[in-house]
Amino acid sequence: MKLNLKIWRQGGKYKGELVNYQLDGVNEHMSFLEMLDVLNEELVSKKEEPVAFEHDCREGICGTCSLVINGRPHGPWKATTTCQLHMREYKDGDTIVIEPFRAKAFPVIKDLVVDRSSFDRIIQAGGYISVSTGQAQDGNAIPVGKDTAASAMNAAECIGCGACAAACPNGSAMLFTGAKVSHLARLPQGRPEAAKRVQAMVAQHDTEGFGNCTNIGACEAECPKGISLDNIALMNREYTAASFTERPVTVGAEGA
Amino acid sequence: MAWLTNYLTSSIGRKLTMSLTGLFLILFLVVHLLGNFQLLKDDGGEAFNKYTYFMTHFPLIKMISYGLYLFIIIHTIQGLMLAAANRKAKGQGYAVKTTPPGVTWASNNMALLGTLILAFLIIHMAQFWGQMHFGGMPESTVYPNFNEGKGVKDLYALVAEAFTSPVVIAIYTIGQVVLAFHLWHGFQSAFQTLGVNHPKYTPFIKGFGKAFAILVPLGFAVIPIIFYLTH
Ligand code: HEM
Ligand code: SF4
Ligand code: FES
Repeated sequence: MKLNLKIWRQGGKYKGELVNYQLDGVNEHMSFLEMLDVLNEELVSKKEEPVAFEHDCREGICGTCSLVINGRPHGPWKATTTCQLHMREYKDGDTIVIEPFRAKAFPVIKDLVVDRSSFDRIIQAGGYISVSTGQAQDGNAIPVGKDTAASAMNAAECIGCGACAAACPNGSAMLFTGAKVSHLARLPQGRPEAAKRVQAMVAQHDTEGFGNCTNIGACEAECPKGISLDNIALMNREYTAASFTERPVTVGAEGA
Repeated sequence: MAWLTNYLTSSIGRKLTMSLTGLFLILFLVVHLLGNFQLLKDDGGEAFNKYTYFMTHFPLIKMISYGLYLFIIIHTIQGLMLAAANRKAKGQGYAVKTTPPGVTWASNNMALLGTLILAFLIIHMAQFWGQMHFGGMPESTVYPNFNEGKGVKDLYALVAEAFTSPVVIAIYTIGQVVLAFHLWHGFQSAFQTLGVNHPKYTPFIKGFGKAFAILVPLGFAVIPIIFYLTH
């Protein structure tokens, strides 16, 4: 099939604009990213600068691919990453507009590539548990109920892609932050640091310049992993409870 | 107290302010509507005038009403500041604009709806509250065995007079439609903000919120229309 592509180009000779490309010979078995590979090979053979876009696993698990396709992060398929979107969605003569993820805290580096290191810093602020190194513990030493494990797993499905912030009209990354907070808060291993974690992660979220959630739900609708808004509710309760009840740390002040 | 300032200025803290003030305003709407129903009694305004006298003279109610003014101001300022901050946090938008499945129009337009509510409130307050307090209305309507025989202001007449104008009726009807949209998203949103999201309660909250968003503004809107048609 033949497609009309309008692709955001930024950097080098492009100031930041949608550029038109005609691409022939696309077949319905290609993935969306393979279609872009074909375009790039054509551009390279014409000695033009290829379109920069991010990808890694191409199997929907790493969170590296991005793109806003005809206004929708990761394209039109529900709970599907861009790398898993296939060209059978489109037909001959279609126009496809491809833009980078947009949020103030995701500045464009080049073309369709945005800087998502703000997410790394949110994780660094608290998205971990502290454990002493040494031998691996017996997996059953800490009992975790099936339902708890499942709800933590649902939150842990977040691949950190950033589509939630890209979809959000407020540029808020609360779905990502909520998923990471609640993934750990739901498990016994995450409880000891839960209050600190939620405060540190929300503070980092705000510092990065992400917006305030107004419960619109665009994130949930566009998330390729189907992360639910109830993770944001859990984060809200954890954050409020932590802010009002956590005691300031006074090292060694109590005597033994 | 640094922790409290930190909390209240965080994204979640500011949201909580919106939620609590919004829920208080919702409670107020119920009380206000119940009061307004006194207008429909066919008693020449006696029930309504006694009710308004009570609402403007009973100390506890007066205190609550000052709280109410404060909450409206906080909700408005915080809401507009949030909307401005969020526009900045989004930065450049998309060339192709879409609304994902399941996202309501109201949720995307809370600041616009809120601003229209504010405009309505200003008109509404100037017309009734301003007249009542500063319009020099005589306290000359006397009811037996009420207020020790002293007169009260005839607010019923003021309302009846206002609702003879089709323009006023139109403003009130539009105002209530705007309020309905604000509540359509706002009611359930306030609970999500508080962290109340639970399979046992959330479906009820959402259903009740939608019914509330339709019935309460409808209740407010029919009173002027009934007045217009019957007076
Ligand atoms: C009777 C009047 C009003 C009622 C009952 C009301 C109620 C509510 C409720 C319940 C929410 C949801 C809060 C949340 O999501 O946590 C909300 C949000 C909002 N309101 Fe109002 N409101 C009223 C008037 C106003 C006014 C005058 C403005 C001024 C511009 C305004 C602006 C907003 C904005 C911008 C939001 C979204 C902010 C957010 O969700 O964080 N509202 N309102
Ligand atoms: S919550 Fe969903 S959309 Fe947001 S980063 Fe995680 S996987 Fe991506
Ligand atoms: S490239 Fe890894 S999720 Fe798409």
